[in-house]
Amino acid sequence: MNTTATREIVQFDNVGLRYGTDREVLSDVSFTLFPGSFYFLTGASGAGKTSLLKLLYLAQRPSRGMIRMFGTDAITLPRDRLPGFRRRFGVVFQDFRLVAHLSAFDNVALPLRVAGVAERDLAKPVADMLEWVGLTERMLAQPAQLSGGEQQRVAIARAVIHRPEMLIADEPTGNVDPEMAIKLLRLFEALNRLGTTVVVATHDVHLLKKVPESLIMRLDKGRLSDPTGALRYPPRPRPRASSPELEE
Amino acid sequence: MAFSLTPWRRQGRDAELLPEGRLSGPMPWVIAIMVALTVIAAAAGLAFSNTARNASDDLAGGVTVQIVDANAATRDAQAQAVVKALRATPGVIEATLVSQDEVDKLIEPWLGASASGDAGIPVPALVDARMRDGVTGETLGGLRQMLHKVAPAARVDAQSIWLKPVFGAIDTLRWLSLALVGLLGIALAAAVLLAVRNALGSNRDTIEIVHLLGGTDAQIARIFQRAIGYDAGIGGVVGLALGLVVVLLLGQQFAALGAGLVSSGALEWSDWLLLALIPVIGVVLAMLTARQTVVRALRKML
Repeated sequence: MNTTATREIVQFDNVGLRYGTDREVLSDVSFTLFPGSFYFLTGASGAGKTSLLKLLYLAQRPSRGMIRMFGTDAITLPRDRLPGFRRRFGVVFQDFRLVAHLSAFDNVALPLRVAGVAERDLAKPVADMLEWVGLTERMLAQPAQLSGGEQQRVAIARAVIHRPEMLIADEPTGNVDPEMAIKLLRLFEALNRLGTTVVVATHDVHLLKKVPESLIMRLDKGRLSDPTGALRYPPRPRPRASSPELEE
Repeated sequence: MAFSLTPWRRQGRDAELLPEGRLSGPMPWVIAIMVALTVIAAAAGLAFSNTARNASDDLAGGVTVQIVDANAATRDAQAQAVVKALRATPGVIEATLVSQDEVDKLIEPWLGASASGDAGIPVPALVDARMRDGVTGETLGGLRQMLHKVAPAARVDAQSIWLKPVFGAIDTLRWLSLALVGLLGIALAAAVLLAVRNALGSNRDTIEIVHLLGGTDAQIARIFQRAIGYDAGIGGVVGLALGLVVVLLLGQQFAALGAGLVSSGALEWSDWLLLALIPVIGVVLAMLTARQTVVRALRKML
């Protein structure tokens, strides 16, 4: 472990989280995420998956414990440094969280615009990404005009458009048909092969088998278990894609 | 459908993050009314200032000597003696006998055309004098003493003393105008604050998403700042136009009175420039208020 300590991109140590004065929804959570790995976070509904992901994408501070991200203490991180860290993530929210009055195109373009990418430079990547998720024809539609599956694909396209260092997805295949689920998973794998660390929260056990080299973390009533040794050992290096292009 | 001052779409990719109409609504109209009222109040304040300054300049060194004697020959002789004595007094730059015609014109509105003269009421002779260094109690006392020797019927008064209550009233009105301008500024800031808070509340989801995608407080504040700045700009121009129309109409009505004190309050070019700056100040105030409100609210979010 010592040899890999400097490579860790996320480290949780005895992290606990409670909302208000309720009981802890996460207790004594300790794990390490290594760059370029593919993790599944599983657990029954209410096990704390979404809460753990919120801590991961810095939408929530823990009640106790220590969190380090990219070598920095994320708990004492000043507010003005949070945006820089958040731009290194891509997040697929369980409820999609698309901006209601923006078109599919503008929703997908949002991370690039926030990062200051010029308008002339974002049209093509956004169009390519929408084409990839099969929404070229719907790029001008607003979220309310899209089906649940289409909204989910827009949310995924928005999460990966800026090639994040870490992709965090909360039930990303929950509203799509099996064929699209596999397609999306292949996209995540392609990103992973390019070096993106992927964390996918899902309760779909069939999905876990689709990515053979993935590591599994299991949450049960707010406590983490480690069926694949993901939390004990650094993962084996995964083969990297030679081309920067995303391929199906 | 409500009549909007901002019928065309706001441009800019940031501005599009806020749904059209969420921030605007009646805000340009509110700002237009505020600016119009501020222009009118400021114009009144400036006019009062000009009146006070010009009248004060005119009257500062003015001294009026009345020779109150029923005998016309004695009165005229004493008046001539007063003029001569004043002209010989150091510090007096001008001393003139007010002609009988002018005196008749002054009293005509109250006493009629044939009130004075040989057959009418004996009217005091008037001598108008101007001192170089203003009139103090001491100067006035010296003049009284000196003139009493040559004209026992002379009554010496500083012109500024007569108008002291008027100056007091003008000064009060001037401060009232200033206070109104200040209060309208505070009201404008309060209106913007409420509008921004409302917009922050109704756009909370969008703001959270932009935050989670790495948007900074400054980026989000800029969206609101621009939107409010745009509304304030439109409202400010309309308000300025409305305010100026009212000021011009009032100016014409007061000018028609033809009274010297009123006409001395006419606005100068620098005053018009100051009035034109009011919408600009309004825009800056609105944008600063919006920025502060948004930044403070965002600091409470992670």
